[in-house]
Parts: sequence; structure tokens; C-alpha cells
Amino acid sequence: MSAAILHWCLLLSQLLVGLALILATYRMIRGPRAQDRILALDAFYVAAMLMLVLFGIRIGSNIYFEVALLIGALSFVGTVALAKFLMRGEVIE
Amino acid sequence: MSEIPVWLAVLVGGLSILGAAFTLLGCIGLARFDSFYARIHAPTLGTSLGSIAILLASIVYFTVSAQRPAVHEVLILVFVSITTPVTLMLLARAALYRDRAERSGDVPPQWGQDIVVERTDTPTEG
Repeated sequence: MSAAILHWCLLLSQLLVGLALILATYRMIRGPRAQDRILALDAFYVAAMLMLVLFGIRIGSNIYFEVALLIGALSFVGTVALAKFLMRGEVIE
Repeated sequence: MSEIPVWLAVLVGGLSILGAAFTLLGCIGLARFDSFYARIHAPTLGTSLGSIAILLASIVYFTVSAQRPAVHEVLILVFVSITTPVTLMLLARAALYRDRAERSGDVPPQWGQDIVVERTDTPTEG
């Protein structure tokens, strides 16, 4: 009973996060300018991180937590580097 | 997974659905808003409330199923909460810089370069 409740709730929330990933991809492809694509990439990173946390609850394992932490750190570094590139055309001045 | 109580399953499932719905709302706003300066506000709904709800679900589930406090998901929450304003501020400033350099759209001009302050009082004859 409780396992079925948890299974269907997690499946529904994974579908919602997957729809969010599709919408972020749509903005990343269509976005009129470069800053729209970078913003969509940042939202994509966050949604992918939450998807991995949901996978971790479903599997019942702690492995996915470390992958999610790694994706969070890479999201920060990547977005800061891309925004710096938009600002001046260089990453390191 | 089958020995967990029902209230725990309902709590964890409800929190995860809530967080996923907030993330989806943020991405709908990202896809549907018209200008970049309106679009930059939408995904913060996913990074703040969506992350809080889903990581809280993970904390509750692992704390009850492992019979000991599992609070390492707070690490992700703190990291995301600290870094998201920094990245969005850098991105907004970069977009503002580019729009001002091209003089495009409805971006306000930069103070001191494009604005000429009109004096309303007439200068007195000395």
C-alpha cells in the first residue's frame, strides 16, 4: 500500500520535472539571444539535479546525492563563466 | 521499501509532487514570458521552493528509513541558495551591458552618459 503510494507519487513528480526539462530545452533552442540560452541552461541544470534527487528517493540509495551535489557545483561554475564571457568576451581577464 | 508506514509515503510523495510542480511552473514561465528581464525571474521558483520541497522529502525519507538523522541534503540546499543569486545577478548585468552597448529595446540609458540633466532654475546674472 505505502510502497504503491510512494511509487506513483514519485512517478508523477518525475514526469513533472521531465516536462520542466523539455520546456527549458525549448527555450535553450529557440531563445532569441545568448543570455536567454544561458538562463535556460541554468534552469536545466537545476531541474536535472532535482530529477537525480527524486531518482535517489526511488532507488533508496545515497549515490545519487553526490551526483546531484556535483551537478549543482558545475552549474554555478558554468553559468558564471558564460555570463563573464557575455560581459567582456573573455572568461579570465 | 515495503515496510515504510503510510503517513511517511504520503508525506514524501506530497512534498516531491509539490517541489516538482514548482519547478514546472518556473520552467513554464521561462518558456512563455516575453522579454529577457521578465524571464530571469521565473526559474528562481524552481531553485528556491522546488529545491526546498524535494530536498525536504529526501531528508524525511532517508531519516525515517535509515533510523538516524540524514541531513546531508541540506548541503545542496545551502549551496544552491547561495550561488543562484550570484549567477542571476551576473547574467542580468551582462544582458544589461549588451543591450546598452547596442542601444536596443526598452533598456533605460546609463546614468551619466546618455542623460543630460536639465536645469530648471535660471542662472542668476552675476
